[in-house]
Amino acid sequence: MTGPAYEPALQGERIALVDLLDRVLAGGAVIAGDITLSIAEVDLVRVSLRALVTSISGLMEAMDDSREHS
Amino acid sequence: MTAERGWVWMYGVAGDDLGALADGMAGVGGGPPRTITAAGLTAIVGDVGDREYGEVALRRNLEDLDWLARTARAHHAVLAAAAERGPVVPMRLATLFASDAGVTDTLQDRAGDFRRALSVISARSEWGVKAYAVKPADPVADPGRLASGPGAAYLQRRRAELSASSDARSEALASAQAVYAELGRLAASARLYPPQAPDLAGPSAPMVLNAAYLVSDDQATEFTAAVSELAARHRSVQLALTGPWPAYSFAGQGDGPGPR
Repeated sequence: MTGPAYEPALQGERIALVDLLDRVLAGGAVIAGDITLSIAEVDLVRVSLRALVTSISGLMEAMDDSREHS
Repeated sequence: MTAERGWVWMYGVAGDDLGALADGMAGVGGGPPRTITAAGLTAIVGDVGDREYGEVALRRNLEDLDWLARTARAHHAVLAAAAERGPVVPMRLATLFASDAGVTDTLQDRAGDFRRALSVISARSEWGVKAYAVKPADPVADPGRLASGPGAAYLQRRRAELSASSDARSEALASAQAVYAELGRLAASARLYPPQAPDLAGPSAPMVLNAAYLVSDDQATEFTAAVSELAARHRSVQLALTGPWPAYSFAGQGDGPGPR
C-alpha cells in the first residue's frame, strides 16, 4: 500500500521554511531524550530569530491552542 | 586521535510494518537514517556527531538560521519519505539519545502512547490552511462631500481609509473563522498555530488564520475541493493550502491525541 505523496517528494516547489518551522518546533511528539529542546531553548530560538522567523513567536499559545482544539 | 562522540537523532516512530528505508538517503548530519525496533514499534533514527549536535553545539547552532533550515529540511525529508509508506509519529526537532539503548527504552516505556498516536494518524494526513486578509480597495472619494483645504481633505481621506481597512479586517477575521469551522467538519482533528509575520509569509497581507487539519486520506480530494470552494466564496481572504504533511501537528503533544 502506498500512502499519499508527501511534500516535497512529488512537488518540485520547496516548502516554505516558516510552515516547516511551525511544525518541527511546535509540533512533533515531545519525549524525554538525553538531549531535548526545552521550552526555554525553543524560546531562545524564537528570541534569536525574531527578526527573521516571527512565525514561531507565541509557541506557548500554540501549545495551549492544541490542547483546546485537539 | 579519539573518535568523535556520537548521538542518536530520532526522527519518528512507526509500527512494525515500515519495511526497509530507502537506500542512499541523506538525513540530518548527512548520514543515512536507520531503524531500531522494540515493543512492536520501529524508531527511525540517524547518527550525528557531538561537534555539531552535542548539547553545547546544538544550542549555538539553533540560533543560526541556515543551520536550522538545513536541519529542519533534512529531518522533514526523512519523515516525508517514511510517511509515504505508512503512519509515522514525527518527533519534535532535536530529540537526541546518547545510544540506541535510550531509544529502545523509550519505545518500551511509551509504547502505549506511540500506538495511540499511530492509530489516530493512520490513513490520515495533515493539511495546512492559511488565510490572508485581502487589502481593501482604495476608498472612492466623494467629490460632493470633500472638505475644502488640503489638510481637511487629507484627514477625510485618511479617515475613510482607516474605516475601510478596519471593516476589511473584521470581515477577513469573520471569514477566517467560518473557513476554520467549515473545514473542521471534514477533518478528524484541527489545530491552530499563531499567524506568521507578514514579511515571511509571501503575500504581504496580514495572516488571519494558520491552521492544521488531520484529514482522512480518502477524503483528501473532498478537503482540497472544499478549500477551493471556500476561497471562491470568501473574497475578503486569500487562502493558501499546504500538504499533505506528515502528521507533525497531531503527534500527541503532551496530553494525548484525539478528535475534538
